[in-house]
Amino acid sequence: MALDLTWVIGGPQGGGVESAANIFAGACAGCGLKIFGKREYYSNIKGEHSYFGVRVSDKEIRSNVIGITMLAAFDAETLFRHVDDVHDDGAIVYESDLEQVKTDEIPTLDKPFKERLEKHLSSKNKPLTIQGALEVAKERGVTLYPISFKTILSTLAEEMNNPTIRGMFRMLNVLSVSVSIGLLGLPPDTLLRSVEKIFSSKPKIAEMNKHAANYAYNYATAKYQKFKYHLSPIQSNSDVILVQGFQSTGLGKLAAGCRFQSYYPITPASDESVFLESNETFDVENNRPGSTIIVQTEDEISAIGMLIGAALTGARAATSTSGPGFSLMAEALGWAGINEVPIVVTLYQRSGPSTGLPTRHGQDDLLFAIYAGHGDFPRIVYASGDIEEGFYDAAECFNFAETFQMPVIHMMDKFIASTVATVKRFDPTKITIERGKLLEKINDDNYKRFTPSEDGISPRSKLGLENGIFWNTGDESDEQGHISEDPVNRMYKMDKRAKKIEVALETIPKEDQVVNHGISDFCLVSWGSTKGPILDAIEMLKKDNYNVGFVQVKLLHPFPQDYVKSLLKDVKTIIDVEANYSAQLGTLLNENLDRKVDYYILKYTGRAMTCTELYESIKKIIDGKAEKRQVLSYGV
Amino acid sequence: MASNLSDYKTEVHNDWCPGCGDFGIVSAIQMALAELAIPRHKAAIFSGVGCSGKTSHYVNVYGVHTLHGRVMTFAQGAKLANPEMTIVAAGGDGDGLGIGAGHFVAAGRRNVDMTYIIFNNGVYGLTKGQASPTLKLGLKTKSLPEPNVNQSVNPIALAIASGFTFVARGYAYDVRQLKDLIVAAIKHRGLSFLDVLQPCPTYNDINTRDWFAGMDNLDEITKKPRPRIYKLEDTGYDPVVHIDSPEEENEKLTQALIKSNEWDSKIPTGIFYKNEMIAPYDERIGDRIPNYLENPPAYQEISSNGKSITDISKILDSLQI
Repeated sequence: MALDLTWVIGGPQGGGVESAANIFAGACAGCGLKIFGKREYYSNIKGEHSYFGVRVSDKEIRSNVIGITMLAAFDAETLFRHVDDVHDDGAIVYESDLEQVKTDEIPTLDKPFKERLEKHLSSKNKPLTIQGALEVAKERGVTLYPISFKTILSTLAEEMNNPTIRGMFRMLNVLSVSVSIGLLGLPPDTLLRSVEKIFSSKPKIAEMNKHAANYAYNYATAKYQKFKYHLSPIQSNSDVILVQGFQSTGLGKLAAGCRFQSYYPITPASDESVFLESNETFDVENNRPGSTIIVQTEDEISAIGMLIGAALTGARAATSTSGPGFSLMAEALGWAGINEVPIVVTLYQRSGPSTGLPTRHGQDDLLFAIYAGHGDFPRIVYASGDIEEGFYDAAECFNFAETFQMPVIHMMDKFIASTVATVKRFDPTKITIERGKLLEKINDDNYKRFTPSEDGISPRSKLGLENGIFWNTGDESDEQGHISEDPVNRMYKMDKRAKKIEVALETIPKEDQVVNHGISDFCLVSWGSTKGPILDAIEMLKKDNYNVGFVQVKLLHPFPQDYVKSLLKDVKTIIDVEANYSAQLGTLLNENLDRKVDYYILKYTGRAMTCTELYESIKKIIDGKAEKRQVLSYGV
Repeated sequence: MASNLSDYKTEVHNDWCPGCGDFGIVSAIQMALAELAIPRHKAAIFSGVGCSGKTSHYVNVYGVHTLHGRVMTFAQGAKLANPEMTIVAAGGDGDGLGIGAGHFVAAGRRNVDMTYIIFNNGVYGLTKGQASPTLKLGLKTKSLPEPNVNQSVNPIALAIASGFTFVARGYAYDVRQLKDLIVAAIKHRGLSFLDVLQPCPTYNDINTRDWFAGMDNLDEITKKPRPRIYKLEDTGYDPVVHIDSPEEENEKLTQALIKSNEWDSKIPTGIFYKNEMIAPYDERIGDRIPNYLENPPAYQEISSNGKSITDISKILDSLQI
């Protein structure tokens, strides 16, 4: 039987949940297993509940599932929030000291959740305590592993002759991971290697944590038998990296030659800029060492302004932001449009409107990206479906920007940003660099920036180039770039810019515009990070002998109308899948196809779709038992 | 060696109002570029939006007419990506001190090696004369329905407080002094700010050319006008921070702030403050990226035969299982 389990660790924000999850993921990946992990957290620095779910399998996985195989908890809130999500045949590893904690004693349990929880416990005639919640779980068949992590800490303090360890609650994380790994039967050496890697920049702390991990691992394996669902190392392709989404676009930008990025701090986009700044210098083949300048600006208006200024010098330049920041960029986006400046804006979407759910997932900004800014101007909106696409697409977006001389908005989102997964090592040799009509030399002094050309794309000079002087202005302008309000010139310039959109649609290879994952009578149409859950759900459906197609639209603007139409022409039922309320791709489909979408599967809780709920929803549609609009809701 | 002044002029029709102070400023910019003999392709004028925004179209170097309030953001991005360029940003008082005030302050903190000129006339000209952030409280210029209800911002003091390392004021009708100030500002290593008093003949009927010349303020005995404008350099004022000490810096900052508060009867022009002890932004980047100035973003090779040449293998190795 294929191995596929989900391990969840939770704790207060700032308590090291993420390091623990990374240790777990690293240990499993080190055994050749596939990982798909996702972090959920509040907009908070310390104290609120955060958790990390890591799905492990020996086959390819691309999404999360409903339910938990093993929950690791060293605080009461994690138990209260996730206990009911543990499968009947799952397990809970927890701090035994917590059993008497009452629901009233946890200030971070928000009222609606607390009410639901207390009602549930009362209905089972259980006390409103951890013990009560655990009893409910035990009665369902859940295996409990009560462990006094605090006693382990004290023992470690004595053993290592270091009394401060007794109060090192951050180490509870490492202990609970190590106990889990022990119960799940993985060898200790991969655990220790993973601990060492996570703390590689702090050798002393690494040593201490390795000691603790080893102790907890041995403690668990001596005291308990292996859990019934356990993991074993497998042979696998060695060319695998364990990578997070924001790193993929960062790496893609570096490889593509991005040499300037300006940004303003915003969740979840700024992780990418910080990652780039941490890697600001690098080697360049047969060349001097290279570098990229990362500038933290005073706001997102400045971020896009600086980006445009840098792009005018010929450097490949970008910014990375989220919805609220992108809102501020709208005016300058139009400036880049009218002046035909190649810029790349990486838009890590989150749940809006306004501040919305600032640390949660959503695909809310598709239509906004397509329409942002006043006036008619061309832009490209391009969406990646997963971490791997994020890398190659980040590079491709610069080619689009420079070839067609227009702003490119690269759609990413929180789900991809904070996913950690095992992925085939990125291959920079697959990246091509196309700089379009960028000039390196101009011999005469007749240069005009907006000189007419059949494809609407004029040769592009750059600041500093001899004989290449041009003018740019946010006003309508003539061929040189000087202000012009002449109606004939206005038509020339509008037509010229609009022509480039047609050319883009003709030039971008079809397979880059839309990915045809298979066509069937029932066909899913989607964009962005729903790709993973959809592909996993389709595999699940196949096992039940349901055949479902999937068309993934990557180029959202200009919309590949004819191509999407031709792909869907024999499809009987079109099912639109997206993580937003209003079905924004659905709106585009209804506009562009000669027919309407038949079903919508939507989710707007701020939590990403799991393949399980998607599978159930699609099955309901095929069985003819579904409403036209299916709304998914799973997730803490 | 100076270049030919006419090389720096474009043939674009200048549509500023007759008598506008802007003419003097654009002439001074052209003269300064010619005197410094900056090759035309090595200079760029960035401008904001408003009457002053058109400046970039009248100077025959790279010209980037940006967005209202955002000129400094575009200009700094260009300078950081290509530090070989001489960058002059030009904008209005509403542009730089109203809608763009946040960028003004942030620019001071960076100290990028470039020049920012604000055309200061107290009104929003292109939108028919509303009060700008530098119009004094209680003044009622021609097209205001009621007197101005806001205090004015002090551009010199704000620049000093924000961290600009060269702060000066010129007068649009003293083109020779203004040219000298622009030359000094461009030569300065760090971010230089020039507040240029620029009478708007159409909408500011209070701070007019005659008002600056003191035509309303005659000497009781000689009956001659007493000009409001005077030059700091004529008073023995020394704006320069000569030694890197807090005492020296405090002294020079304090005197500049006090001078910046003079208005009404006596209005100083010239250099208020100059401090080259503070590292410009490029040096700060250079501390982290040693070959930044020699191989800046604009000049880096990124591909060979259409293939990426950036080596990201070390980062990938660190992610390798």
